[in-house]
Amino acid sequence: MKPRYDVIIVGAGPAGTTCARYAAARGASVLVLEKDRDVGMPVRCGEAVSNRSLESIVPIDPRWIAATIKRFRLISPSGHIVEPDLGGYGYVLERRIFDYDLARLAVEAGAEVHTKCYVDDLLRATPASHAEGKAIPATDPAPGTTADNAQDGAWKGVSYQWKGERRTVEGRIIVAADGVESRVGKWAGIDTTTHMRDMETCAQMTISNVDLEDDACEFYFGNDTAPMGYLWVFPKGHGMANVGVGISGMASKKTAAIRYLRRFIDQRFPDAAVLTTVAGGVPCATTVGTLVQRNVVLVGDAAHQVNPLSGGGITSGMIGGKLAGEAIAMAIEKNDLSLLNNYPKQWRKEIGAKHDTYYRMKAAVYKFPDATLDDIAINVLKLREDKRTIWGVFRTALRHQPALVWEMVKTFGLK
Amino acid sequence: MLLIEIKPNSCDFCGCCVGVCPEDAIELQEAHISIIEERCTNCAKCVWVCPFEVLLFNKPEKRRSGASVSPEETR
Ligand SMILES: Cc1cc2nc3c(=O)[nH]c(=O)nc-3n(C[C@H](O)[C@H](O)[C@H](O)COP(=O)(O)OP(=O)(O)OC[C@H]3O[C@@H](n4cnc5c(N)ncnc54)[C@H](O)[C@@H]3O)c2cc1C
Ligand code: SF4
Ligand code: SF4
Repeated sequence: MKPRYDVIIVGAGPAGTTCARYAAARGASVLVLEKDRDVGMPVRCGEAVSNRSLESIVPIDPRWIAATIKRFRLISPSGHIVEPDLGGYGYVLERRIFDYDLARLAVEAGAEVHTKCYVDDLLRATPASHAEGKAIPATDPAPGTTADNAQDGAWKGVSYQWKGERRTVEGRIIVAADGVESRVGKWAGIDTTTHMRDMETCAQMTISNVDLEDDACEFYFGNDTAPMGYLWVFPKGHGMANVGVGISGMASKKTAAIRYLRRFIDQRFPDAAVLTTVAGGVPCATTVGTLVQRNVVLVGDAAHQVNPLSGGGITSGMIGGKLAGEAIAMAIEKNDLSLLNNYPKQWRKEIGAKHDTYYRMKAAVYKFPDATLDDIAINVLKLREDKRTIWGVFRTALRHQPALVWEMVKTFGLK
Repeated sequence: MLLIEIKPNSCDFCGCCVGVCPEDAIELQEAHISIIEERCTNCAKCVWVCPFEVLLFNKPEKRRSGASVSPEETR
């Protein structure tokens, strides 16, 4: 490890390593620090992605794919099954391999990745002016005036623990890619706390010895199954599946996620062997309002770059990482931190605004009592088959909220 | 006084509690969790979101007979 880098990225999840790959490929010196001993482990994820969004961000390696999904089944509280046409297909990934490979790609692009490094604080810069009693300027320096670290911003690096030893490393730009448990942004003064209502608290088991169709993902809804959330069954091939549940923190106050999961598995898969049980949290909110604070940049779950309706954050976090990585490389190359602000702009244009709409859809849908959910399923099943798209489902579900339907149509360019 | 208790050997280190903690009062390493007592306000948000029921809220002993203390009152 060198004493100093252009960019220090905290967290080697998909968002962090994608950011590293893009920044390093354009010439920045990049260090990724990961607290765990192993990149991508344990897997706290259902591992489902859409083919299109994954292809848009990385060339797909068949080794990452556990199952290819052609059918999506939505199951209402009393068991009505709707199978909308999503207009594409999906994959269930093998994230043990996927996350590792993303780290490898970052390294091949020139980044350094170090595991077992637990970042515990930001280092405040003490420029000469500061030592003389002058405060660090409150605004970013004018373009082209940044010369070295001390003037770059308020933080000059991070401290971390490695084998019980406290060490420091300097960086001109620091990226918070530290996932749902992100603290780096908070240390930089950004409010990244997830509201309890928006935290989907999850439990998941990877089970084997089950008889499932390998091309169908199932989503179960209902107050007894997954209040303010859903329960998923995602096949992984070879008689294996990820079965998990995510419920809002508000619902979790009464009954924890693990209890819903145990009950479902006991009923539906009594003979399954449980290979792994994990807990997890997904910040299903709109994107954090401040993605760049001086020389600190937020990506992935740390920035709440998750689709708040589906809880999917793999590809959207990677897109956040890519956009941030490109802006960072440019800022380093031109020696101008203000160029970092291109990142929030691009994010909003490509994804952020859509997530705002998804958030409002979620807020509406999660209020529905079981009877309404059943009613929606029955009404969708009355639609002509070619109208049973995912938008058909939402149009039916939100038919009493025309303003929201109109917003959906506008945001997603629906016809 | 810290009223949050961590059930021993139960935590999965998933970070869900850290994500909702408004005070940045939870320290979470690969396989170690602790609460920073000086920062914690006993708001109990971490207790409510834990998917595995690892965190417990210990109501303080009753001050007067019958009157229990809510988390808000103990700040
Ligand atoms: C149960 C569950 C199911 C899910 N299912 C899906 C799904 O099917 N499809 C989908 O698209 N998304 C899913 N998600 C969401 C998805 O997993 C996340 O959005 C995605 O992993 C976010 O990537 P990231 O790189 O931002 O964060 P992470 O993958 O969480 O990576 C963050 C990394 O930072 C490290 N770190 C944290 N703090 C520090 C520190 N102080 N120092 C050093 N390193 C640190 C962590 O160890 C971790 O490796 C699911 C999430 C959960 C919990
Ligand atoms: S939410 Fe529960 S399982 Fe997850 S890290 Fe916190 S205490 Fe541990
Ligand atoms: S009780 Fe509140 S302040 Fe204390 S650790 Fe839990 S969430 Fe944080």
